[in-house]
Amino acid sequence: MTLDISRDHVLELLRDMIRIRRLEEKSAELYAKQKIRGFLHLYIGEEAVGVGALHALRGDDNIVATYREHGHALVRGIPAGEIMAEMYGKANGCSGGRGGSMHLFSAERRFYGGHAIVGGGLPIAVGLALADKMKGESRVTACFFGDGATDEGEFHESLNLAALWKLPVLFLCENNKYAMGTALDRHVSDSDIANNPPAYGVPADSVNGMDVVAVHRSVHNEAELVRETSEPRFLELRTYRFRAHSMYDAELYRTKEEVEKHKKHDPIENFQERALSDGLITQADIDAIEADAAKEVADAVEFAEQGEWESVETITRHTYARDLS
Amino acid sequence: MPSLGADMTAGTLAKWRVAVGDRISHGDIIAEVETDKGLIEVEVFETGVVEKLLVGEGEKVPVGTVLAEIGAGAATVPESASVPESASVPESASVPATGSASVPVSASESAAGSIISAGSSEVDLDGPMASPAVRRRAHELDVSLRGVQGSGEHGRITLDDLEGFPRGSAAAAIVGGRLRISPYARRLALERGIDIAQVRGTGLSGAIQARDVLSAKPSVQESGKPVSASERMQRAIAAAMTRANDEIPHYYVEQSIDMGNALTWLREANASLNVTERLVSGVLVLRAVARALRKHKKLNATWQGGKPVPSEEVHVGLAVSLRGGGLVAPALRNTDEGSLTDLMARMTDLVSRARSGALRSSELTSATITLTSLGERGVESVTPIIFPPQVAIVGCGATFERPWVVDGQVVPRPVMRVTLGGDHRVSNGHQGARFLSALDRLLQEPEKL
Amino acid sequence: MTTYRDAIRTALQTLLRDDPRVFFMGEDVGRYGGPYAVSKGLLEEFGEDRVRDTPLCESTFVGAGIGAALGGMRPIVEVMTVNFSLLALDQVVNNAAVMRHMSGGQFEVPIAVRMATGGGKQIAAQHSHSLENWYAHVPGIKVLAPATVQDAHDMLLAAVEDPDPVFVFEHQMLYGIEGPLDIESVPPSPWRAAIRRVGNDLSLIAYGGSVHKALTAADELEKEGVRAEVIDLRSLRPLDRDTILESVSRTHRAVVIDEAWKTGSLASEISAILAEEAFYELDAPIARVCTLEVPMPYAKHLEEAAIPQVDRIVEAARRSVRGG
Repeated sequence: MTLDISRDHVLELLRDMIRIRRLEEKSAELYAKQKIRGFLHLYIGEEAVGVGALHALRGDDNIVATYREHGHALVRGIPAGEIMAEMYGKANGCSGGRGGSMHLFSAERRFYGGHAIVGGGLPIAVGLALADKMKGESRVTACFFGDGATDEGEFHESLNLAALWKLPVLFLCENNKYAMGTALDRHVSDSDIANNPPAYGVPADSVNGMDVVAVHRSVHNEAELVRETSEPRFLELRTYRFRAHSMYDAELYRTKEEVEKHKKHDPIENFQERALSDGLITQADIDAIEADAAKEVADAVEFAEQGEWESVETITRHTYARDLS
Repeated sequence: MPSLGADMTAGTLAKWRVAVGDRISHGDIIAEVETDKGLIEVEVFETGVVEKLLVGEGEKVPVGTVLAEIGAGAATVPESASVPESASVPESASVPATGSASVPVSASESAAGSIISAGSSEVDLDGPMASPAVRRRAHELDVSLRGVQGSGEHGRITLDDLEGFPRGSAAAAIVGGRLRISPYARRLALERGIDIAQVRGTGLSGAIQARDVLSAKPSVQESGKPVSASERMQRAIAAAMTRANDEIPHYYVEQSIDMGNALTWLREANASLNVTERLVSGVLVLRAVARALRKHKKLNATWQGGKPVPSEEVHVGLAVSLRGGGLVAPALRNTDEGSLTDLMARMTDLVSRARSGALRSSELTSATITLTSLGERGVESVTPIIFPPQVAIVGCGATFERPWVVDGQVVPRPVMRVTLGGDHRVSNGHQGARFLSALDRLLQEPEKL
Repeated sequence: MTTYRDAIRTALQTLLRDDPRVFFMGEDVGRYGGPYAVSKGLLEEFGEDRVRDTPLCESTFVGAGIGAALGGMRPIVEVMTVNFSLLALDQVVNNAAVMRHMSGGQFEVPIAVRMATGGGKQIAAQHSHSLENWYAHVPGIKVLAPATVQDAHDMLLAAVEDPDPVFVFEHQMLYGIEGPLDIESVPPSPWRAAIRRVGNDLSLIAYGGSVHKALTAADELEKEGVRAEVIDLRSLRPLDRDTILESVSRTHRAVVIDEAWKTGSLASEISAILAEEAFYELDAPIARVCTLEVPMPYAKHLEEAAIPQVDRIVEAARRSVRGG
């Protein structure tokens, strides 16, 4: 089936997916070299979701994401250097070095983090949508979360409240089939997650999260419906992560065969192949994208390496509006 | 060896997936590493040829150890391709030894040993070992346990050990050898140059509190020069009187007492005593005051912590004027006990030691009431101020011949005016009056004193 | 004279009227008129957009309050009582308290949360907690405890105006008390303690529902010649160390009254501050008068015995004056 989009569009989507992939690979390498510490959750394999969704949303919409948010942050426009520096813990990171890998924030880009409590971002998204509704804004608040979050009470509470008060939230569930090390059918009673939201009056749909074009189309449709009706909607994006949950995970809970099987659906490779075979792009395009991505990553590392460490003397800053001590 | 997790410090190279001479590219799996969480595949970030494998299968090495060398791409396989022998495995971060939670019990080496006295509710790990009964007795005798050589097991101090000890060798605030004093009091003492060992504490368990230090005599002047004894005394008196004036609501009751019987009896008693044993009228008044107090406990108390604490014993403080203008009121302990001759002797001794500055600390701090007699000065009466923390004071004027009515006739009689100053928080005029009546009655029957 | 609850309502009305960014939400605050009748009439006056009845989902409606604050509103969230707020602790501790810090200063959460607290009405073990100390423990949030009618009014205004998350604890026994309310004059800073009664013999330090008991105890002690100073802490985070230390440095004795359980309480925190910074002023051991270490019993006499009462305060004060 041919791709039903323009060459420019193909290049945009492909570029961003490759940028994410290379940034994540570099992050893995730097983690092994102890430049990045703490927890590191890679988005490798799920790029189509972040790219397709963020391209479908407007620059003015609110984004709430999880701790696996490097890809979302990058496509949203946070410079790779600031992301890398944040993971290093440097003061020139997008959160001033205070957050780390799991807490990337950008006020100017309406990127509300970077949340490490599973399900913890959903009420925040509901609140942001509430504020917009009360102010008469036509924004969509897009809230990304994983399949694990659908177990938490806050998921159900948030759907209920958003539906009850008619709030413009687009609930985007990145179902990668595992809540850390627990497979989907071992943590939800109904593994068809999209069955949940309608119980609260929230329309729900599912899409193949490995297909960037499908994701883009679906999210665009859902977002516009939310914008028009000012009522919440839910979209399940079925995806798969090729790497472990985080860096320190022996993946005892799934077989290598399973991972290999899913790698056949690599969103980047499949998209590239289709685009090539449709004649929309050439290998030269791909090489150029890869070269740019490599440079971007190298520059990002350099930016991070050159960054300063915040002085301990200012440690109490940003606890309160004014330093109480 | 890569860091594969926040708390990983070392890993075991379980298996090599490549051999020397293999071509590898960025992203290839080069080895399997065993960690606490299981087997993890390690990828390589270079492209080239494996030149050396530096760690053997099964070896555990710290994070950061070089595992292999990868070259640009030599065509031939190097000769020395053997894997080196296992190096010694470095220790992983050792768990710090947990501190022993048991209390160390050492055998008693020194007399003032470091043995824990089991079963005592006041465990003093530094002080001498003594039972609560011994501690109580030491407190009563005014003996510091620290100076006592214990003859019991492990140097334990016994009651017998205390009996041979001189009294008055310590302030009452020492419990089990350790001084109980509040931080504020200690600071005040330091600032005022007061020796806390000489201060008697009025807090619970004899703890020294600020007020105890404030009413003690400072030994060093603010300027740092040593203060004359009389100056010190003036200051102490001033402090005490100011405090009394501030804090105590005084009431006064006065009685004129016919001393005829007392003086007559005195003359007769003295006739049969030699000079050194002769009694003065003051000792009669002293004894009478003490006896009267037995039945009027409200006046025989000290003010502690916002309320009066009555004393079972009567220790009348005798106001003694000193050369140089000072005044002390040391206590004659158990003033209501013993013979009058004894009391006289003790009183003489006390006054002489007061004048020579040889009083014991307990005498200075244990009075439960004060008697001030200005008879020698020839004034008719005195309206005295209570010495805190006491709650009453008795003042006597001189004995004058006065017209008196006896059996309907006006006759001259020796009359002494006695004034009781009372703390109105504790007693009232009615009670004071009854005390004075009792005192009067006792002085009418001096032979019973 | 006004009641404590009416004073809060007056403050809510002022806020809703004067600032379009302000809205008020919580369980039963609208149609029911508020579980403690604080918000009676507000729904009728301001409408459903500004006064919102929430479903029973503490975690999500507190989180939504945080989100709305992030989005530029000034929400006032009522959590019915501190007992139910436990469900929302994750949003409080992991979002409200840390958002400013985690984002490197990019985001702030100007949310005000009100909740009832304390025991004394025989509502038993699950409904009688005093957990102000759990909140006061966390950097990034602020905690207020109004004990007077005036403070109930002024502190809510201050809480909403503050750019940081502020939690206001209203002791449930205070809603009916009466006191003067002056809405014209400039209120004192909410972050300072107040000396409600001056005395030089010892400092009684209390907050919220315990302040009036401390004042009654001070009256009793006066009869015995002990002049007790009563400090109303008002702000629990930040604590007004200056006032506490000045008082104890003058009186040299401290009795801290706290309706929470003693272990890990704010009373313990204050004791530690005194021991650290006023050690050489202390003339007696610091005393803490707290709720007994038991779940709150239902039976009246047991509940009374558990919660700090005037007689326990007086007894602790007497001991303190005697030197411990």
